[in-house]
Amino acid sequence: MSAPAATASGPPVQPRLGAVGTARFVWRQLTSMRTALLLLLLLAVGAVPGSVVPQQDVDPAAVVTFRDEHPVLAPWLERLGFFDVYASPWFSAVYLLLFVSLVGCVLPRSRQQWTAWRARPPRTPSRLERLPEHRVVAAPAGGDLLETAAAALRRRRYRVEVRPEGGSGAGAGRGASAGSVAAERGHLRETGNLVFHLALVGLLLALAASSLLSYRAQVVVPVGQGFSNTVARYDTFDPGAWVSPDDLAPFAVGLQGLDVEFEDTPGSQLGEPRDFEAQVQVAEPGLAPREEVIRVNEPLRTGGSEVYLAGNGYAPVITVTDAQDRVVYSEPTPFLAQDAAYSSTGVVKVLGAQPDQLGFTGAFLPTAVVDERGPRSIFPDARDPLLLLTGYRGDLGDVNDGLPVNVYELDTTSMEQLTTDDGAPWSVALRPGDSMDLPDGLGTLRFGYPPEGAAGDATATGASATAEAEDPLPRFAGLTVRHDPGRIPALVFSVLAMLGLVASLFTPRRRVFVRVSGQGSGQEGAAPRVEVAGLARGEDAGLAAEVDALARTLASEDLSAQPPAGRRPPPDRSAPAREPAAAGPRGSRTAGSRTRGASTSTTRTTPTRITRTRS
Amino acid sequence: MGESLAATSNLLVYSAMSVYAVALVAFALDLSGRGRTAAAPAPRQEALVGAGAPGAVAARDDVETGERRRAAAVGVSTTWLALLLHTAAVVTRGISAGRVPWGNMYEFTLTGAVVVTAVYCVLLLRRDLRYLGVFVVGPVLLTLGIALSVLYTESAQLVPALQSYWLVIHVSVATVSSALFVIAFSANVLQLVQDRRERLAAAGRPAQRGRFMERLPSSGELERAAYRLIAVSFPLWSFTLVAGAIWAERAWGRYWGWDPKEVWTFVIWVVYAAYLHARATRGWDGRRSAYVAIAGFACILVNWGVVNVFFPGNHSYAGIG
Repeated sequence: MSAPAATASGPPVQPRLGAVGTARFVWRQLTSMRTALLLLLLLAVGAVPGSVVPQQDVDPAAVVTFRDEHPVLAPWLERLGFFDVYASPWFSAVYLLLFVSLVGCVLPRSRQQWTAWRARPPRTPSRLERLPEHRVVAAPAGGDLLETAAAALRRRRYRVEVRPEGGSGAGAGRGASAGSVAAERGHLRETGNLVFHLALVGLLLALAASSLLSYRAQVVVPVGQGFSNTVARYDTFDPGAWVSPDDLAPFAVGLQGLDVEFEDTPGSQLGEPRDFEAQVQVAEPGLAPREEVIRVNEPLRTGGSEVYLAGNGYAPVITVTDAQDRVVYSEPTPFLAQDAAYSSTGVVKVLGAQPDQLGFTGAFLPTAVVDERGPRSIFPDARDPLLLLTGYRGDLGDVNDGLPVNVYELDTTSMEQLTTDDGAPWSVALRPGDSMDLPDGLGTLRFGYPPEGAAGDATATGASATAEAEDPLPRFAGLTVRHDPGRIPALVFSVLAMLGLVASLFTPRRRVFVRVSGQGSGQEGAAPRVEVAGLARGEDAGLAAEVDALARTLASEDLSAQPPAGRRPPPDRSAPAREPAAAGPRGSRTAGSRTRGASTSTTRTTPTRITRTRS
Repeated sequence: MGESLAATSNLLVYSAMSVYAVALVAFALDLSGRGRTAAAPAPRQEALVGAGAPGAVAARDDVETGERRRAAAVGVSTTWLALLLHTAAVVTRGISAGRVPWGNMYEFTLTGAVVVTAVYCVLLLRRDLRYLGVFVVGPVLLTLGIALSVLYTESAQLVPALQSYWLVIHVSVATVSSALFVIAFSANVLQLVQDRRERLAAAGRPAQRGRFMERLPSSGELERAAYRLIAVSFPLWSFTLVAGAIWAERAWGRYWGWDPKEVWTFVIWVVYAAYLHARATRGWDGRRSAYVAIAGFACILVNWGVVNVFFPGNHSYAGIG
């Protein structure tokens, strides 16, 4: 702000603001358009880092990698909240201020709009020729021109008020009465604008509801197994702040089959996924179990939640016997895909092995190639499956104490790697059905279920000996369960916002006036003078056409022949090229170009004369 | 069958590019003034009056300026021809894969470019925007060049995540919206150049270079043209955002997850919202709001050229690299 210029009366005196005055000043600044604009630009700039720096909520693994790669930068980014931009204090501050500013701006405007909505159209200006659009029509005598004009304007969805002049206008009874019609339309523009902004507030609340009341869980399910909607069964569970584990709707889903297709024609698309489909059986309390299909864009809806097919992979069946030749582990073990050809990694934890617990870690390759670049898979289908494992013995750590641990990581701090007789690390490469002795007589490792007649307590470790379990290489489905009560309100408010937006951008605000002057009113045969004028408020390319059409309606002799409501009369081809109408406050900017062109011209399609003038 | 059609599509792209090149040259000639000849002497007198205000011109030969714009006419007809060839290229590409032609970045770019041309041609039917020809056909030609040389991907089926009717709704609206933003961007840039020339002229030091700008409308006119385009495009972009959220809810189990593509779509929306606010703010209308709109377009370029390729996320369908 610049200080007021010093005058002869002495130094400038700053107005003094009290506490209330200051608050009022701050509030006015906050709710000003300029502040809103600044906050919008800040919001845009503030959102960008979240797409450049990995986000904790979106990809936690990427955050870990980023921290390792940028040991100097990462702590600073951490302090600034760059790993969680959209929940950071500064980002929240920007959008909350923006919404406060929005509400502060929109509420008073809503009150004004409420008044304006019921106000009468403005009074008719005394000199209509000063308005941007002005026509003079020599209308035929007879008929109530004011009522005709009013009816035509009402059909065009104007709010209309008819103002006969001075009571004496209706001189000879039913003759054309003198007076004016004032009409206004376009309140929808401001209403739409307000609806848009208020719907954004609703959308923000819906987003908050989503964040507080939703939960998201992930679970890996091999074909033939299932899960129930309980926290204990999930691999990850992210609840909103107001979600308690008891709130989860009771349902259970069994995975009966999983069809996966990949591109198999050679070319650059070889191995690209083409179709994923999971066949499931859903059980809800009080309902008969039903068969459903989950595909990538077609989630399963059950119990107020959705179940999504988020991923898939292989869960090779691994059987371990211990030194006492007991089957201590025999179950499908999910290996998580690391690349597009499903080179996968996984972990086997054998808690019940004697004398030591056993752990294995390694890779599964569905179509294996081992060459100088190392072992890897070249195609995602199981064409030549190979399981590569190394082993550890010792104490598996926290899992023994019942603590939650990552099932895909092996904690080897209290374990010792298995070695061959010559001291090199022991490793094994197995194809389905293969089996291999562990070193030091610790037992055996097998890719597949135990052969017929093998002794052991496999059931104790969870493997079921059903028919489909004979497959040594079942697939697994990565399923995501999501419950989000905020999404429907979010959708409703989004749609409302869009409707409001369209109304606010495309509703023209116009005022149209018609004046019938009394020079000939009442006298037989003399044509009354009719003026039609229009004023646009803001951008309006269609005002001239509207005024033209109204003038034509009033000039036509046979009033019953006027075009039906809602349809415009045919465009006047003989009319001179029309400038893009730019009336209203912005029109003055191009005043230079507006003086050119047809300042006065006549249209020739109507039987009576319409004079068109422009200011 | 599919492969030969894809090859046909590529041939059609090359043909369209050569025709675009002709259109570009013709529009450039028109702007340079060489493609214009004075018509009969009678309307010439009017030309003296009209020359100072090139704002509104009739759809055919300029009655007011009394000029015959042969080069511009060639530009318009060749643009239509190019549109035809380009559309054929997009359609054959779609048939070759048996789906909508925007399953990877090459196809999205190819289709986006054809929509830019189509929108421009439709606008030409209603308004005389021939002065924009160079600034529409030029970017389209450049985009096609990038598409063929950098982004080209073989025609193939869709990955499962894209197998949804939302692909048709979400991406087609995004394409139309982007096309309008492209044309609005051209108008905004010309507005700024014209504005500078006008201020120099007002200061008594008319700009020496860029005489062709005299044949373009005033900066106010260009500003309104850009605004109208953005006013149409902004609701379409909002729809893209909402449709994308609905699709994300179905495909990924959440309607908003701050995926890089979502972030940038949101950023673009906010920047253009800022543009609309700027236009209504005193002191920000005119030049400054044009800068905001240009920043919005820069975000669109980032969203298309950088996010797809360099930022890993759920939208990594580019099919390149």
